[in-house]
Amino acid sequence: MKRYSAFAIAREALRHHAGWERAWASPEPRAQYDVVIVGAGGHGLATAYYLAKNHGITNVAVLEKGWLGGGNTGRNTTIIRSNYLQDESAAIFEKSRTLYETLSQELNYNIMFSPRGVMMLAQTEHELRAWKRTAHANRLASIQSRMVTPDEVRKIVKVINIDGPRYPVLGGLWQPRGGTARHDAVAWGYARAASDLGVHIIQNCAVTGVDRDATGVTGVQTGKGPIRCNRLCLVVAGSSGVLAEMAGFRLPVESLALQALVSEPIKPVLDCVVMANTVHGYISQSDKGELVIGGGADGFNNYTQRGSFQHVEETVRALVETFPLISRLKMLRQWGGIVDMTGDRSPIIGPAPVPGIFLNCGWGTGGFKAIPGSGWATAEMLADGAPRALAAPFSLERFAEGRMIDESVAAAVAH
Amino acid sequence: MLLLTCPCCGVSAEETEFHPGGEAHLKRSGPGSDDAAFRDYLFARKNPRGVHFERWRHAFGCGKWFHAARCTATLEVFGTYAAQTAAPPAHVLEAIRARRPDWISEWEQDR
Repeated sequence: MKRYSAFAIAREALRHHAGWERAWASPEPRAQYDVVIVGAGGHGLATAYYLAKNHGITNVAVLEKGWLGGGNTGRNTTIIRSNYLQDESAAIFEKSRTLYETLSQELNYNIMFSPRGVMMLAQTEHELRAWKRTAHANRLASIQSRMVTPDEVRKIVKVINIDGPRYPVLGGLWQPRGGTARHDAVAWGYARAASDLGVHIIQNCAVTGVDRDATGVTGVQTGKGPIRCNRLCLVVAGSSGVLAEMAGFRLPVESLALQALVSEPIKPVLDCVVMANTVHGYISQSDKGELVIGGGADGFNNYTQRGSFQHVEETVRALVETFPLISRLKMLRQWGGIVDMTGDRSPIIGPAPVPGIFLNCGWGTGGFKAIPGSGWATAEMLADGAPRALAAPFSLERFAEGRMIDESVAAAVAH
Repeated sequence: MLLLTCPCCGVSAEETEFHPGGEAHLKRSGPGSDDAAFRDYLFARKNPRGVHFERWRHAFGCGKWFHAARCTATLEVFGTYAAQTAAPPAHVLEAIRARRPDWISEWEQDR
């Protein structure tokens, strides 16, 4: 792999940019791999990268039915934060955020991580108490976050209207080292680095069946023929239920459409991320100047990658009160992604009921921020055959044991 | 935007008038059942990409619960029917088969 650098740009500028190589290889699949990862989104690619980098396992294929990063990795609102309530969540999301800090250098790929700060507004008395509790929990978990007063909110978020009348801002939970990153670049950076270490990334290769014998998984059937493997990792977010069905088990996961939209680009007005939980709205400004707005999820099972119109209306209507300036903006684009929701709104990382199959799913509405930490923990699990400390609490067994990691009331998005 | 017809009061309306209630026809497992059955009753869901049976409530209408057969891949609604039944009625299964000839119904296998 030729490294990207200022020197490389100068060198290529002098020779008509003829020397840039493809960022990743597109090999034909081998008949057999040590590990097959289904799903070339951020989580799958990060898993492949850390498998190769941290554990030296490079006989790995990442299979993708479409194009890499074309699912939820390319559809989210790119928010990164780690101020979760429960210790288990705080550990893996903070690991993830920490890895994001240096990910551009690690991958030699500019993922444009921008720790511009995340402000989670408290707009009801209940929310104010909940965020205070989270702030205390974060302090115990060594996560830098704190409560701020309405006046401080106004100083940090210049364009906000804190007076209501319907949703007055009563305070906020402020994580100064949260922020955003370029979501496509995260997938591309991991893909390039993993490909360089020998991982096969195979796009346009849909998995159509899972082969198993009495001892466990033996391989997968794909659009490019059968591929044998020792370990199979399903990292397919909204399609987890479909893949689980192929493998012969059910998951405590339901697939819903979550949508987002962007406004026309305007001059810089908002230099942090603001999340308004009560009204299902979160907003940040992209480097292009578009306001990126995340909306609520539909309540019914949906695989169409588009959401219902009324959620757009509800989200924008509520945000207009808090951000009056957006009332005059035109909205340019709206899209949906299929999120895999679990009962406790926490992910599943762990062995599946079929020996040899491992799961990484259930990230629901908050998967992008978790990509590096999730890949790190899943790679550990695939290398050892069992999860280590970071992933262990997120096992599938927690549903049978009643050992929930309840983030349904603590997550930034009201579910 | 889904268009649903409430089988209880006969009103057809947009989805904003209704509230989704998850998978229909769950087999209830009580305290006497084994752990796996109880876990599956509480958490394991079919979540298919295609024909799905689910519960809805006419929240801003008559307030009654009912069932709907719907395709999760296209959002097509095949039909709605009363909730007081353990399996989808024949006319709903026929409506699904008319639109999805390849669909494998677990309900007909049960009979």
